[in-house]
Amino acid sequence: MNAITVQQLTVVYDKQPALEDVSFHVPKGSLTGILGPNGAGKSTLIKAMLHLIPRKFGHVNVFGKPYTEQKHLIGYVPQRREVDWDFPTNALDVVLMGRYRQIGFFKRAKKEEISWAKQCLEKVGMLAYANRQISQLSGGQQQRVFLARALAQNASIYFMDEPFAGVDAQTEKAIIQLMKEWKKEGKTVLVVHHDLQTVEDYFDHVLLLNKKPIQYGETQRVFNLNNLEQTYGGKISFLEKSPVLIQGGE
Amino acid sequence: MMYTFWIILTGCLVGLTCGIAGSLLVLRKMSMIADAISHTVLLGIVGAFFVSHSLNGVPMLIGASVVGLLTAYLVEVLNKSGVQSDAAIGVVFTSLFALGVILISLIGDQVHLDTNHALMGEIAFVPWDTMMIKGQSYGPQAVWMLGFALIANVLLITLFYKQIKMSTFDPQFATLVGVPLTFIHYLLMTMVSFSTVASFNSVGAILVVAMLIVPGATAYLLSERFLHVILLSGVIGVIAALLGYGFSILLNVSIAGSMATMTGLLFLLAFLFNPKNGLIIKKLSTHY
Repeated sequence: MNAITVQQLTVVYDKQPALEDVSFHVPKGSLTGILGPNGAGKSTLIKAMLHLIPRKFGHVNVFGKPYTEQKHLIGYVPQRREVDWDFPTNALDVVLMGRYRQIGFFKRAKKEEISWAKQCLEKVGMLAYANRQISQLSGGQQQRVFLARALAQNASIYFMDEPFAGVDAQTEKAIIQLMKEWKKEGKTVLVVHHDLQTVEDYFDHVLLLNKKPIQYGETQRVFNLNNLEQTYGGKISFLEKSPVLIQGGE
Repeated sequence: MMYTFWIILTGCLVGLTCGIAGSLLVLRKMSMIADAISHTVLLGIVGAFFVSHSLNGVPMLIGASVVGLLTAYLVEVLNKSGVQSDAAIGVVFTSLFALGVILISLIGDQVHLDTNHALMGEIAFVPWDTMMIKGQSYGPQAVWMLGFALIANVLLITLFYKQIKMSTFDPQFATLVGVPLTFIHYLLMTMVSFSTVASFNSVGAILVVAMLIVPGATAYLLSERFLHVILLSGVIGVIAALLGYGFSILLNVSIAGSMATMTGLLFLLAFLFNPKNGLIIKKLSTHY
């Protein structure tokens, strides 16, 4: 069964195509890594799928229905640098934002919702920081607050935009732990990723993207030198069986 | 005695109303839109006069909010079609304000509204411009309008507190979980328009920007919670109004000017001495 079907998704920035005719199916319960060089449109792809940016063309279906009817099934971890962490609020409050649908339009968070949010913080090892002003958290801790917020959404499908970028070992472990748990619960996870060395450990499916989809499929089948060279334009070499990005990465 | 009371009350209401509404703009990094709306409401006021042939509270509030929303909408449209946001604000507000200036000069002999008054306001005249119903006077019109704007602000912030906070912190996530982003945006623009037009007679188009933005910017330096920024901003607005009034009496200078100056002074104090990252605290902590 397909959790997500993307058909002919096209995004245009300033008359330049950022994504051209992207189509693929994501099976339910899969862990997909979205890979590609800088400027390949990886973040653009998930934002377009989530209807956060204007699309020129294309359809996104979630469990067989249009995305707009299924938004409540979606959880999202944006890139950390996309928000202003000087914003006057604390970690618990950010996590409670993940319970917005459950809390209701005019209502305040009840005790159950607050204890739910606290459990989510505990799962990522951040309960001790619940009342901490978010600007006083380290980058990794801020990332874990975002993870806890996504966890609080209790979604069926999770989108994460470069969650591993610039985080400490503890946070990296927390992310991997969560992804495994989500997979065990039959949830579907899509992750924008750029560290090629960890791809085979983390993901069972891979989308290779460079403005157009180069390949989508099981990691074993798709993640090989030939496909990577096509995606990254021949700037790849394999060292001890692990692909290493020679140029063009971060 | 009553005269002084009305002036002080008007000043405090301006500080409170504008402080609360403006803090939301500061938090959203949209301070420049306050500058724009504070000028374009002039067109709303003049427009309301053309329709209703009076400078009454209700038509003025309606006219100002229509033009305020129009300003926000035009800025958005220009911005989306590729004009840089600061340029878009600059183009929209000067054009609409200029239109207001032209219309004022057309009706200048019919009403006591001139460009100078519109820019600087005159709080000293406020107590004489009373609300008249069936020949009975019910206190200054400005106080009624400010009271209405204040209640509207408090009510709307209370109702939509969560939505305002979420759309300010992380608009993309907020959209995803179903916060109506556009609605909240124009709601805030309405609040700013109400606050501006209600303060217009007292402090004018230029100084109202100080009352909108400076208390919010000051409170932002001093608080770590969203609600605290909003409340403290209102309190700072009131303190600035009180200090400003005292200062103006002492030196026999412009009341509105003194109030706006006080907001700047309070900001400077917070900037230098706030315990989080004040300039002085930083200097001291590097020395000792």
